[in-house]
Amino acid sequence: MRGIGKSFPGVRALRDVSLTLHSGEVLALVGENGAGKSTLMKILAGAQRADQGTIAIDGTEVAIASPHDAERLGIGMIYQEFNLVPQLGALQNIMLGNEPVRGFMLDERAARERASAVLQELGIELPRDRPASRLSVAQQQLIEIAKALSKRARIIVMDEPTAALTDREIDALFALIARLRAGGAGIIYISHRMEELPKIADRITVLRDGSVVETRTIAEFSPADVIRAMVGRPLDAHFPALDPVKPDAAVVLDVRGLSRRPAIEDITFSVRAGEIVGLAGLIGAGRTEIVRAIAGADVPDRGSVEIDGQRTHIRTPHDSIVAGIAFITEDRKGQGLVLGMTVRENITLAHLAQFVNREHLISQSREEAAARKMITDLHVRTPGPEQLVRNLSGGNQQKVVLAKWLLGKARVFLFDEPTRGIDVGAKAEIYALMKTLLENGAAIVMVSSELPEVLGMSHRILAIRDGRIVREFTRETATPDAVIAAATGAAA
Amino acid sequence: MSAILKNLWLRNTVLVIVVAIFMGIVNAAAHGEFLNPRNLVTVLEQISYNCILGVGQTFVIITAGIDLSIGSLVALTGVVMAQTANHLSLGGVGLVLVTLLAGLAVGAAAGWINALPVVKLNLPPFITTFAMLEVTLGLSYIFSGGQPVAVNNPIFSAIGTGAVFGLPVPVIWMIVVVAIASVLLTRTRFGRYVFALGGNEEAARLAGVATARVKTLVYVISGMCAAIVGFLYMARFSSGSPDTGTHDELLEAIAAVVVGGTSLMGGQGSILGTFFGALLIGLLYNAMNLIHVDSYLQKVVLGVVILLAVVLDELRKRYLART
Repeated sequence: MRGIGKSFPGVRALRDVSLTLHSGEVLALVGENGAGKSTLMKILAGAQRADQGTIAIDGTEVAIASPHDAERLGIGMIYQEFNLVPQLGALQNIMLGNEPVRGFMLDERAARERASAVLQELGIELPRDRPASRLSVAQQQLIEIAKALSKRARIIVMDEPTAALTDREIDALFALIARLRAGGAGIIYISHRMEELPKIADRITVLRDGSVVETRTIAEFSPADVIRAMVGRPLDAHFPALDPVKPDAAVVLDVRGLSRRPAIEDITFSVRAGEIVGLAGLIGAGRTEIVRAIAGADVPDRGSVEIDGQRTHIRTPHDSIVAGIAFITEDRKGQGLVLGMTVRENITLAHLAQFVNREHLISQSREEAAARKMITDLHVRTPGPEQLVRNLSGGNQQKVVLAKWLLGKARVFLFDEPTRGIDVGAKAEIYALMKTLLENGAAIVMVSSELPEVLGMSHRILAIRDGRIVREFTRETATPDAVIAAATGAAA
Repeated sequence: MSAILKNLWLRNTVLVIVVAIFMGIVNAAAHGEFLNPRNLVTVLEQISYNCILGVGQTFVIITAGIDLSIGSLVALTGVVMAQTANHLSLGGVGLVLVTLLAGLAVGAAAGWINALPVVKLNLPPFITTFAMLEVTLGLSYIFSGGQPVAVNNPIFSAIGTGAVFGLPVPVIWMIVVVAIASVLLTRTRFGRYVFALGGNEEAARLAGVATARVKTLVYVISGMCAAIVGFLYMARFSSGSPDTGTHDELLEAIAAVVVGGTSLMGGQGSILGTFFGALLIGLLYNAMNLIHVDSYLQKVVLGVVILLAVVLDELRKRYLART
């Protein structure tokens, strides 16, 4: 790719970007949210068209006007958001758009054989006919990869493939990538996880504000250098230092015997003012289900939740908000935001009552003032409060979700994967914000699949396995090995 | 940014010019009859029924739902109100009020029943309101014996055919309904929640929105709008008939909503848009009648215009959101 440029109304997304990918190579593409990685890859995949620049494959200049063109040229794209048909099974999803036919009829048997062969070749194990909607995120990810590879892709783009995977699944993915590389494929690997790059990448290209800042081989590029190149400034401490919980701090959240079978069973724990309790565990262990039950998103079968010593009766999310709980969901786009609404409308959605005047009409000017204040306080990068949330980058969307909950007077904050798919700069801002919440006496429960995050941002850690709390760690006793052992059930 | 605004302005200007030229030609062809104020008031009166139905439908469609029962609900509420009026020993304003309230209650109840399976079992509103269409149609025949029920008290006729400051009563109703609905949708919490529900129901629920209540209310509003139209027809014809409202009313109300820029996918739309959608369709029919366009051809033209309006709106949205 040479001299690629792309502008959107009001934004210059890419400026003279050039990129080379060799066969048998893994090129890591890193940069903060909004740096232009996704746009660049969408251009390569034919989902968007560049304003300037050229793309050549094997030395021949090519025109990629549509995803179909890209596919024909051997470019396979694995997006961060999956493009599976939820009602179809793994095999059908893999063959989607390439179904073998006999005459006018689908050749079901050939389709099954071909898709099964792909899975076998890749060493992927999963239920082959269960609808994709009932598979885990990791399994859906594997289907996406198989789908791309079934089309004999030689250039494979992976956008944050490990964001939703557990460590064991990541190892399997890396082994797969190594085999693809050995087979001569070129892979562009987008990730926010610095620690995995040395394991997988040959070279690293850093994008910042729509331009290539630097490209170096992995050996010459220390993680600290990469981060410096990404943010344009050195970023020393990743996690802020948490103050210890005051000895006399009162219990804010007290959960007793919470069950919702079969997902969670007899969950009992408490969180004090100024304390973060981290929930560690594998995907599907029941961590998200625990916070959902506390927040009234699902109704528990049994158990009680007390806030500041007051028994609550939470049957709906509305009840939990009234009780002083804020629930920051893991899935921003599906559960956290109304994408077609403006930044202002999203920020005020959960607390509209604050903006209603005596005639029961919403005061838009007061709404706007509150939204502007939040935009400033949280450094949300948006042209203004009337921008549609759909047009913001992931990190900025997450800040809008946070702004929505900061408008209220919540005592308990439930964070589910608070920094998933967010760049380093935005992560640091969100950690700082959590610290501020603690200083104001809030209690925080945090679910995270990133072990360093759980270890670095929790006062106590609860390891969850099969819907139960299997072990509790203090900051001192929590070593990566011990937590992983507890979460996976391996003997430590 | 300024380039976009300029272009948009240009675009709308072009549209306005085209419509103006079209109106001028029609007016000339109809010997000045078209742009005659008397004729325009007639058009307003003609669109008021479908516009009021469309207002109720707009709420439902913004939540990504649909209400197919409104046409036959006009018939049922009309019949119920005619029977109520004939069986009451009241007179004057009291009679009118009680009759109207009876109709509104029936409309609201039908809307509530429409919403019940949608809210409780997550059934598609297409099915539940389609079932309601059949039920209300059947009931309106049962309650009327299959014949129009003549209303004895002349006060209704006076209302239905009367005018205030030169504006026919249905037009006044339309203006009031449009004004109230517009404020409700754009300025209240309920209105905001309607949009949020249509845009992302789960996000709305997790933000504490009582989604079941909001959803139920939009169908109740739609049912009550149908009852208002049932009342206006009943008053105008001095009878409640099981045949009123069951022809093109449902589809033309939906057409007004869609032409007015409300998205069938939910999350987007406006009451004023629906008003202008109804107005456009009404003017078109009127113009074609004045220049003696064959009535079969009128349907073809209407279909083409609906499609064109929606395509134009979509192109405009894409242009604005081009990314």
